[in-house]
Amino acid sequence: MIEVKGISKRFGTTQVLTDINAVFQKGKVNQIIGKSGSGKSVLAKCIVGLHVPEEGQVLYEGHSFHDMDRDEKKMIRQEIGMLFQGSALFDSITVMQNVLFPLQMFGTMSKSEMEDRAHSCLKRVNILDKDRLFPAELSGGMQKRVGIARAIAMNPKYLFCDEPNSGLDPQTSILIDDLIKEITEEFNTTTIVITHDMNSVMETGENIIFIHQGRKWWEGSKDDLLNSENKELNEFIFAGGLMRQVKKAMTGRS
Amino acid sequence: MGIIEHIGRYFLLLKDTFSRPEKASIYWRRTVEEMDLLGLKSLGIVALLSFFMGAVITIQTKTNIDSPLIQAWVVGFATRQSTILEFSPTIIALILAGKVGSNIAAEIGSMRVKEQIDALDIMGVNSAGYLILPKIVASMFINPFLVMVSMFLSIFGGYVAGTASGIIGSSDYLQGIQTNFIPYHITYALIKTVVFAFIIATVSAYQGYYTKGGTREVGISSTQAVVYSNVVILIVNYALTQFLLI
Repeated sequence: MIEVKGISKRFGTTQVLTDINAVFQKGKVNQIIGKSGSGKSVLAKCIVGLHVPEEGQVLYEGHSFHDMDRDEKKMIRQEIGMLFQGSALFDSITVMQNVLFPLQMFGTMSKSEMEDRAHSCLKRVNILDKDRLFPAELSGGMQKRVGIARAIAMNPKYLFCDEPNSGLDPQTSILIDDLIKEITEEFNTTTIVITHDMNSVMETGENIIFIHQGRKWWEGSKDDLLNSENKELNEFIFAGGLMRQVKKAMTGRS
Repeated sequence: MGIIEHIGRYFLLLKDTFSRPEKASIYWRRTVEEMDLLGLKSLGIVALLSFFMGAVITIQTKTNIDSPLIQAWVVGFATRQSTILEFSPTIIALILAGKVGSNIAAEIGSMRVKEQIDALDIMGVNSAGYLILPKIVASMFINPFLVMVSMFLSIFGGYVAGTASGIIGSSDYLQGIQTNFIPYHITYALIKTVVFAFIIATVSAYQGYYTKGGTREVGISSTQAVVYSNVVILIVNYALTQFLLI
């Protein structure tokens, strides 16, 4: 479980996050949603320690990340898997070497055990046949799958996905969403997904946090979403015609 | 951001760079790869430049000291001294700042904007150490080798140009390059080379590591890496010459 308490972050004079409190549960797909520029990616970066908040704490299983020493932070980070918006694969090495990378850096396995582990991760995301290709030779969806394979290579306790569906077609997006959901259940990870894709929210969201103007504006489940009276949330989720029709079909109200 | 802040951040980056590596074997493998990429792949341009620069130094020296009062071997002597003291260690360093420095800044800068450095940090890898330390070690190890090759080829280029054009006899040139040879000058040149290699690798890596934005900013970082490396090399060159030769 990850808990954030009173997180505030500013860049220069711009206040990006203000007093964010949230609990991200284990074994669930927790989603942070909001418009572009609302601060959701900054919140995720504060949680993983890439940004240091001016105020507040991030607690991993009750232990404050920012109070940890360098080695303790390193240990936590080895338990984190992260899927980046642009996949962030190392483009000068092959798919297989990308997945092997964290194992070689931190694993205590033999060479053959590492290769077996990398193979099983690639197989898990259905991309084993591309193991000798370079990232530039893969489609966006395939790169995301390799990103997931690399993220789960070390058996993470925490999985972060930053805009996992950006740039993907609807079909591939659903495949990636399903994969994230399955992996969360299989590995019992605390999964945090940052997204503004409402299909993804309705597909996988279990615990949803809506960030607006750097503040936590709303929290609930995907079932609560459609019936919320929150004006800003409704403006966000019903900006597209499809979601308005979904609501009408489900509730009979427009 | 002011210059003092840049200098402070540069030294903080160096502190991270020299902190304990996660796995020495992986760092060593990367260092060997960098020696090939940053050093051996620069051998061609260094060789070409050194040969023709030596040739030009010889011809220019001859045309400037063409007097019956100056002995012929002085041309060889001047070519050797110019090459060892300044041309090979400093001019080659400036050339390498352009070739290798821009390469380092562009590579690390691209990794920054594509979030690959964030990926390393989140995995718990010391990204500064992993990316920069092998480049520093490789440059400091391989650049003295490049400079020694440069010294040899520059003096050889002078010999070829001088004898082929008939402006100096073979024996006069060979006498000149052996006259008043001070071995310490080679040591001085190699000390400068090692210091310049450190400057090129670290200043360029700094520019790349703190790149913000997109591909345009990577280009700007790359240009700044070359400009700042050259400026620092010229200042440090003066300081080292003052300190080591006087």
